[in-house]
Amino acid sequence: MSTDTRPAAPAPVQPRGPVRVERRLPRLAPLGLYLAGVALGAGLSALTGSSLSSTVVYGVVLGTLAVFLASRLVEGRRKATDRLVTCLVTTAFGVAMVPLVSLVWTVLDNGLARFDATFFSNSMFRVVGEGGGAYHAILGTLVITALATVISVPIGLMTAIYLVEYATGRLKRAITFFVDVMTGIPSIVAGLFAFALFTLLFGNDVRLGVMGAVALSVLMIPVVVRSCEEVLKLVPNELREASFALGVPKWRTIVKVVLPTAIAGLGTGVTLAVARVVGETAPLLVTVGLITGTNLDPFDGRMATLPVFAYYQLTQPGTDTQAFLDRAWTAALVLIILVMALNVVARLISRFLAPKTGH
Amino acid sequence: MAKRIEVSDLDIYYGDFKAVEGVNVAIEPRSITALIGPSGCGKSTFLRSLNRMHEVIPGARVEGKVVMDGQDLYGADVDPVNVRRQIGMVFQRPNPFPTMSIYENVLAGNRLNSKRMKKAEADDVVERSLRGANLWNEVKDRLDRPGSGLSGGQQQRLCIARAIAVEPDVLLMDEPCSALDPISTLAIEDLMTELKDRFTIVIVTHNMQQAARVSESTGFFNLNGVGQPGRLIEFNPTEKIFSNPDEKATEDYISGRFG
Amino acid sequence: MTATKAPSEPRSQQAVRRPGDRIFAGSAKASGVFILLVLAGVAAFLVSEAVPALTAPAEDVPGGEGLGAYVAPLVLGTLLGAVLALLVATPLAVGIALYVTYYAPRRVAATMGYVIDLLAAIPSVVYGFWGLAVLAPALVPFHVWAADTLGFLSFFAGPASTSGRTMFTVGLVLAVMILPIISAISREVFSQAPALHREAALALGATRWEMIRMAVLPYGKSGVIGGAMLGLGRALGETMAVAIVLSGGAGATLNLISSSNPSTIASNIALRFPEATGLGINTLIASGLVLFVITLAVNMLARWIVNRRADFSGAN
Repeated sequence: MSTDTRPAAPAPVQPRGPVRVERRLPRLAPLGLYLAGVALGAGLSALTGSSLSSTVVYGVVLGTLAVFLASRLVEGRRKATDRLVTCLVTTAFGVAMVPLVSLVWTVLDNGLARFDATFFSNSMFRVVGEGGGAYHAILGTLVITALATVISVPIGLMTAIYLVEYATGRLKRAITFFVDVMTGIPSIVAGLFAFALFTLLFGNDVRLGVMGAVALSVLMIPVVVRSCEEVLKLVPNELREASFALGVPKWRTIVKVVLPTAIAGLGTGVTLAVARVVGETAPLLVTVGLITGTNLDPFDGRMATLPVFAYYQLTQPGTDTQAFLDRAWTAALVLIILVMALNVVARLISRFLAPKTGH
Repeated sequence: MAKRIEVSDLDIYYGDFKAVEGVNVAIEPRSITALIGPSGCGKSTFLRSLNRMHEVIPGARVEGKVVMDGQDLYGADVDPVNVRRQIGMVFQRPNPFPTMSIYENVLAGNRLNSKRMKKAEADDVVERSLRGANLWNEVKDRLDRPGSGLSGGQQQRLCIARAIAVEPDVLLMDEPCSALDPISTLAIEDLMTELKDRFTIVIVTHNMQQAARVSESTGFFNLNGVGQPGRLIEFNPTEKIFSNPDEKATEDYISGRFG
Repeated sequence: MTATKAPSEPRSQQAVRRPGDRIFAGSAKASGVFILLVLAGVAAFLVSEAVPALTAPAEDVPGGEGLGAYVAPLVLGTLLGAVLALLVATPLAVGIALYVTYYAPRRVAATMGYVIDLLAAIPSVVYGFWGLAVLAPALVPFHVWAADTLGFLSFFAGPASTSGRTMFTVGLVLAVMILPIISAISREVFSQAPALHREAALALGATRWEMIRMAVLPYGKSGVIGGAMLGLGRALGETMAVAIVLSGGAGATLNLISSSNPSTIASNIALRFPEATGLGINTLIASGLVLFVITLAVNMLARWIVNRRADFSGAN
């Protein structure tokens, strides 16, 4: 808390009126000063052998400095600090945008080369060079993700119902806490868990699609629980009471009043949970492996999945390196599209399934 | 249909906290019984214990007897769900189900219990209940619209229609007008006087004029201090309570000399 | 809950429950308990598969010097990358969170938050691709510069890697990956800072930054710490991005920019597991167990910090 504000403030411009008016920079001046600083930075960068990164760095630093100094001279220390923080915070946001934009651009740039019909209709069966595609891997990802969803949603939803509608005391606290902790399990550890489980059951060197689904479920269940729990908590208690007062048993109240009221949020939560696991690579690497042909039976041997496919195309290219790299980038592009599509679907669900109010 | 409820030596607890103590009262059928008293004196808690709604709160329990036509509602083999089918309830804030239309809201008690009904029969129940709640003329053209689109007073009457659609014996009302404007309040009060021919009605209200206007008998709840259990101080015909109460505390409260 | 002092009428508390209710409540509870069992199962199965590596003679474990010598450099590498990521990501994430909650124009703030969340949605294998193809080459000049000017620090001792596939690059990739989780939690606690305090600060004539320093940061501090710990947990366990970007070796070194880096536990498993056999698998699972224990400890601490804040703020 600044105590020395009054002496530090420049003389009021208008001595009359109840509100003290201080000298301020004109409204667009900070932006102008900032841009001037950026331009100066670009010039400096050009002198020292220009590159994009040095231009940006010099520009941002000089722009911030220009705004700070101008404000310090005209508006005083407090306002200058405020403007400095505004610059810093905005810069932080800008910095975070750089990798996102760069990443999306890179994947688009490299991935569009093989974004063709062959990629979606052919597998890698007996392909050693050009051609081939990820048909088998895309379908494998869909099968395994669907299986993981089938395992996770009932368990996750029922647990959320238990936490919100029934649980009290120590068990509730234990489950809440460990579900939170479980969200932090590294995906590779989930994979090792599924591997260890199935090795004990079926002996060494077993690789099955269902192992991958189990591993993904370990990652998915806590996400489903948390999002469903949040949504169920939002259902007003009054609706439960209204139903109880009509002589409806608790379980019917939950199934027929609480869940339908929350359906939009539940759908969104589950979709986002699917989006979270659909791109998981590490657990599938150690449990499902990879094959070149199409295997859609999760209970019979190795399967191909899109993330693992992308990984091996990149890291173990065959004779025609460029063909492998192209397929890897296209697989990455498809993966991003898949995840983004799920995110969009989640938002659509929450928009269109929300209870109608009739207003 | 309408039934008599006798309460004897009823104590109500939330965990270790005793909320209400030693209530003895007989609620007469085909009449309106009002419960008045300052906030936090346990009148809503008592009302909710009559259809075992208070059990929804974890740790809540009662000691004593609540007998309806000879049957102890807290008997060992009595399912609270069945109690609530006989004793309906209307809440402070209107709470129609947001996922259901007006039509479905009225039928909610049946639909939620998966009771099979023919279309004609269901239509009949809906019309009868909505007419009973004085709402039919206002909504008959938009039965398939969401119930939450109605005004507050209409929503509350929809909730009453929903409660009487399952044909209970007793109707409990927990400050049903406190969230409503004066005109809607009058509509609900008129409705109550019509409904008392068919139901036993118990209403909790903060509004003493309302109690005086609609009820035959009035009970006054009070508590001695914070943390003390609430008690039923006086239970008498409404006229007597408002003109010549037995207890000093009642008179103080009625005449606004309270607190 | 029932009949603590009801000598006269114990029967009245015994609520009758319908079969439907009992089955439904039972299966809900069973699901909750099942989750606890799964977590215990993760630990139990990992231990049971790790035991052979723990009991095997030292010379049979890959590397030939026993499990401890095998895992130690990996632990070092794991911590090094994760801590670097944390140091880079936390200030950025706090800045982003402040920007989105208090600086961005109201109309676009929600969209900006959503865009940051998109960073979390991108699969880690894609981050690996990007790190390898874009970030690593882009950082080579920095590596050279750091080796020249900062070489007196053991972190930048050099010689600078010519590929950029170093622990330093990995740390930055991980920082981008954990940015969304830290900023999401920070955003949440910042936006929950009591409006009364904020308005009180503004009413006293505080500038926006002074308001944030007085009313928002003190309130959100433990939330930010908890969020950072969660980010740390995520970075510790991150696998694919590290496996793709890092050109790992066996050496245990603090040097962030040379071509010989310690690998991380997770990436080591991903790289070696598909070809491992026999005791090799057991050793990798044992290292996974170590990772599990580390992340579990970090996450439990983080949750404890976050939950403690929730208890005190009175916001639920």
